[in-house]
Amino acid sequence: MIRVARLVAVKDLRVEWRSRVILWQVLPFGVMTLLLMGFAEGPETTLSPSVAAGLFYVVVLFVSMLVIARSATIESSPGTANSISMLGLDPAGVFLGKATAVFLEVLLSALILLAGTTLLLHLPLALALHSLPSVVLVVMGLSLAGTLYGALTSGLTGSPTLLPLLVLPTMAPLLIAGERTISAIATHQTWSSWLGLLIVFDVGYTVAGILLYGVVEDS
Amino acid sequence: MSTVVRLDDAVVTAGRFPVLTGLTLTARAGECLVLEGPNGAGKTSALRLIGGLESLARGSGEVCGIDLRRGDRREIRRHCGWLGHEGSFYDDLTVRENLTFAARAGGFDLAGLATSVEAVGLSQRLDVRAALLSAGQRRRLGIAWLVMRRPSIWLLDEPIAALDTSARIFLQGILEDALAKGVCVILSAHDNTMELRAPVSRLTIVGGRIQMGESS
Repeated sequence: MIRVARLVAVKDLRVEWRSRVILWQVLPFGVMTLLLMGFAEGPETTLSPSVAAGLFYVVVLFVSMLVIARSATIESSPGTANSISMLGLDPAGVFLGKATAVFLEVLLSALILLAGTTLLLHLPLALALHSLPSVVLVVMGLSLAGTLYGALTSGLTGSPTLLPLLVLPTMAPLLIAGERTISAIATHQTWSSWLGLLIVFDVGYTVAGILLYGVVEDS
Repeated sequence: MSTVVRLDDAVVTAGRFPVLTGLTLTARAGECLVLEGPNGAGKTSALRLIGGLESLARGSGEVCGIDLRRGDRREIRRHCGWLGHEGSFYDDLTVRENLTFAARAGGFDLAGLATSVEAVGLSQRLDVRAALLSAGQRRRLGIAWLVMRRPSIWLLDEPIAALDTSARIFLQGILEDALAKGVCVILSAHDNTMELRAPVSRLTIVGGRIQMGESS
């Protein structure tokens, strides 16, 4: 399983590196969205950390949707899909590999967007640094859940629009926990319970993906 | 020659629409089975069923001794290789990267990579992205993928579409070589333009079932 996961992750990252779609299209989209939010806020207003964190996670969610949709379409041509299916790869390994590639791509984007949030939405730098563990856990959850739902919608009519429709409700707990963690850190309240929720979500989707990815692929 | 594929009154549906309506056929090791017929006749669906990519709605069948109804379809897929006319690999990876991925995924020795690339004449294009290859070269890459994996059943969906005469002759040579080694080749074709020096059976599919057939 680990061998297949590593193989698939390296392949997906290589495909992404060659096409540079995330670098030249997805990331600029995220930065532009933050920039527009900064313009909307205006130079005189300072957002509360809670609002800035909420806006940051909404942008990360948009970016992750694009990355997940792209990951799901790497094998979308019928010939490639048939040929890869006939390699008989362990579906749990494929799930973990694709989720790992999505995680690394979204995490890189999220770190750049977090830096953008400190600049454009005035999120304090120390707060941004303290919130890194929760950002990692949120991105991990987005990647795991997104990879599973990406396989579910892949090949269906209207899959690019169906994917966000299916995924957004399931990702609400992640975004709420992510935003609450930053708010709790800002107000010096305890935030370990929110991190605990994120860990439970991530473990749950890892297990679900390992068990269900093969069934979803075959269906 | 041993029977590697047997379908008996096989029915496959896409939603509620039957795409195969009672297909009966057998294919043996070292034999080429050509499925002919018009567009939408069910040729690709038949190949997908044999390759474990479609489930059997009714009827029965076996591929390499594995029951199509009760057996592990993932295990069936490991015995099969697919070559489609639209490309069967990653366009953003180079020839070398595509073949390395296929070899590692199947647990094959990378030493076979050089031999298969040599066999299909792509040695000079190893570091070229698949997207930049010509139609004929793309087909050669798909064949190299098959040659390296050495599955016991080759499923070729319209393999000669968009190929010029020299590319067709080349493909013919590769198929004759594979057949001589005991591979079972099942291919779909619109027209009868490939003459193989090997045992060939031809079946015409119309409306998801066999209309007529012959062996040579």
